[in-house]
Amino acid sequence: MRYQLTRRAVLAVYAVLVIVPLVVVIFGSFKTSQELFASPFAPPTDWQSGNYQKVIGESGLGIAFRNSVIVTGLSVPLTLFIASLASYGIARTTGWKSALLFGFIVLGMAVPAQANMIPQYVQFETFGLTNSLFGLVLINIVTTLPIAVFIMTGFLKTLPKELFEAAAVDGSGPWRTYHSVVLPVSVPSLSATAIFLFVIHWNDLLYPLLFINEAEKRTIPVALLSFQGEFLTDYPLLFTGVVVASAPIVIAYVFLQRYFVAGITAGAVKG
Amino acid sequence: MSTTLTPASPPETPTLPTSEKPSGRSPMAAHPALWLFPVPALVLYVTFFVIPTIQGVVYSVTDWDGFSPTAQFVGLDNFITIFTNDDLFRNAFSNNIKFMLVVVVFQTIFSLVLAVFLTRNSKSSVALRSIFFFPTILSSVSVAFIWKFIYDPNFGLINTVLDAVGLDQFQSAFLGNDAQAIYWVAITQVWFHVGQMMIIYIAGLQQIPQELYESAQTDGASRWQQFRHITLPMVAPATAIVMAYTTVQSFKAFDLILGLGGNPPKSSLDILSTRIYSGFANSQFGYAAAESLVFMALIASITWIQRRAVKATNPDV
Repeated sequence: MRYQLTRRAVLAVYAVLVIVPLVVVIFGSFKTSQELFASPFAPPTDWQSGNYQKVIGESGLGIAFRNSVIVTGLSVPLTLFIASLASYGIARTTGWKSALLFGFIVLGMAVPAQANMIPQYVQFETFGLTNSLFGLVLINIVTTLPIAVFIMTGFLKTLPKELFEAAAVDGSGPWRTYHSVVLPVSVPSLSATAIFLFVIHWNDLLYPLLFINEAEKRTIPVALLSFQGEFLTDYPLLFTGVVVASAPIVIAYVFLQRYFVAGITAGAVKG
Repeated sequence: MSTTLTPASPPETPTLPTSEKPSGRSPMAAHPALWLFPVPALVLYVTFFVIPTIQGVVYSVTDWDGFSPTAQFVGLDNFITIFTNDDLFRNAFSNNIKFMLVVVVFQTIFSLVLAVFLTRNSKSSVALRSIFFFPTILSSVSVAFIWKFIYDPNFGLINTVLDAVGLDQFQSAFLGNDAQAIYWVAITQVWFHVGQMMIIYIAGLQQIPQELYESAQTDGASRWQQFRHITLPMVAPATAIVMAYTTVQSFKAFDLILGLGGNPPKSSLDILSTRIYSGFANSQFGYAAAESLVFMALIASITWIQRRAVKATNPDV
C-alpha cells in the first residue's frame, strides 16, 4: 500500500515536471512577453500566430528549416546505405580480416567529436566543403558511420545463416542477396537506425556551427542558437523557434515511437 | 535485452538441401565480392575521420594558428602548459568533473527508480514511458531554451511558483549564481536524458525471472530487501551501460552548455568540450588540438576505470 502510494506520487510528480514545461513552451509561443510573464501556465487568451510569422519569415528560421530538411534528408539515407553495405560485407565474411575491419570502423565511436573537429575543419576548408550543405552531409555520414555499422552488423549477425545459404544456392550473387534478401529482412533494424540518425543529424549543432558562417546556409540548431543573442529574453520568440525546430521530430515520434525507443536505445547500449 | 529494443524477428526461411550446388563454390564460404561491400564506408572513414584524427596529433605539437602557411614545432610544450599553467583549462576540467558527478549519480538513480516503477507493460506504464522518454528527442538548444525560462531569475517558472506559494526565500539566481550554475545545468541534463536511461533499465528489469521475487516473498523478504538483493545485482549490466553512457554524455554536453551559457559560455559554465571549441574559435589550432587529445585520453581512462570498478564488484558483467 505504502509502496503503491510512493510509486504513484513519484510518477505523478515527474510527469508534471516533464509535461508542464512543454505545455508552457507551446502556449508561450502564442503569447506576448507580457502575457507569458503574467500567467506562464495559462492558455493564451488570444491564439496569435504573430510569433510564428516573425520567426519563420524575418528571422530566417524558414531558410534554416529548408537547409535542415536537405541535409538530414540526404545524410540519413546515404549513411544507412553505405553502412548497410559495409555491415553486410562484415557480417557475411569471417576470420581475422573481417574482425579487424569491424574493429577498425567501430573504434571511431570512441573518438569524441571535439577530438578531431579541428583537423576536419582544416580538411573541409581545403576541399572547399565549408559553407556548403554537401559538406555537412558528408561530415554527418562520416561521423555516424561507425555507430551505424555497429548497430547493423550486430543485427545482421543474428540472421540465420540458412537465409544467405538459400540465396546462394538459388544462384544469387552478393549484390542481389543484398537488395533482395538483406534489405527486406532488415526493415525493422534499418528503421530504428534511420530514426537514430534522423535525431542526431537533425539536432546536430557542432558541425554546422563549425563549418557554416553564411546565414543562408545555417541549419535549424545554429539558427536557433543565434536567437539567444538576437532576442535575448524574448521568450515567446525563443519558444516559437523551439516548436518549429522540434516539429518534424515530434511528429515522427508520435507515429514511429517504437522505432525511436529501439533506435535511440540501441545507440546508447552500443555506443 | 531484445524484448523492448529490437522488434525484429527474422522470417522463417525454407532451407534448401545444400548438396545441390549450381556453382562450384560452397554456399557456406563467403563470396569474394563480399569484401567489396565495406569499401565505400572504409574510403570515407579513412579519408575524413582517421586521417584528420592522426592530423590532430601532428597539430598538437605545433603552435599553428590555423592560417599561417607554416607552424613552429614546439614539442610537448602545449601539453606541459595544459597540465601546469592553464587556469582556463583547469577551470573547465573542474566544472566538467562536477557536472559529470552530479549527472551520473542523479541520472542513474532516477532512471532506475522510474524504470522499477514502470517495469510492467500496463497501459499507463507504457504511456508514462513515452512521456518520460520524450525530452531525449529534442535538440539540446531547444532544451536549453526551455530551461533558460525555467531558471530565469525574474520571470522564470521556478521563482514564479516559489513566489506564489510564499516560499520566496528559496528563490535563486540559478544560472546567474556562479557557484551553482554548473549544477543547475546538470539538472537540466538529467531531465533531458533520464528517460533514455530508464528504457535501458526497463529492458534489463524485464529479464529478471519473476520466480526470484515470488520465492523471496514466500521467504518474507520486504520490498526493500527484494530490491537490494535481487533487483540491484540483476540489473548490474544495465547499470554499467547507463553509467558509462552517462559519463561520456556529460563530457559531450557541448550544445546544452552553449544554449544555456552562451557562446562562448561564461567561465562558470565552461567545460572541456566548450574550452576546446573556444581555442579553435580563437585560432589556437595547435593548442586546441593538444587539449583535444588530453580530452580523449581523459574520457577513455574514466570509462576504463568505471569498467574495472563494475567488473570488480560484479564478476559476471
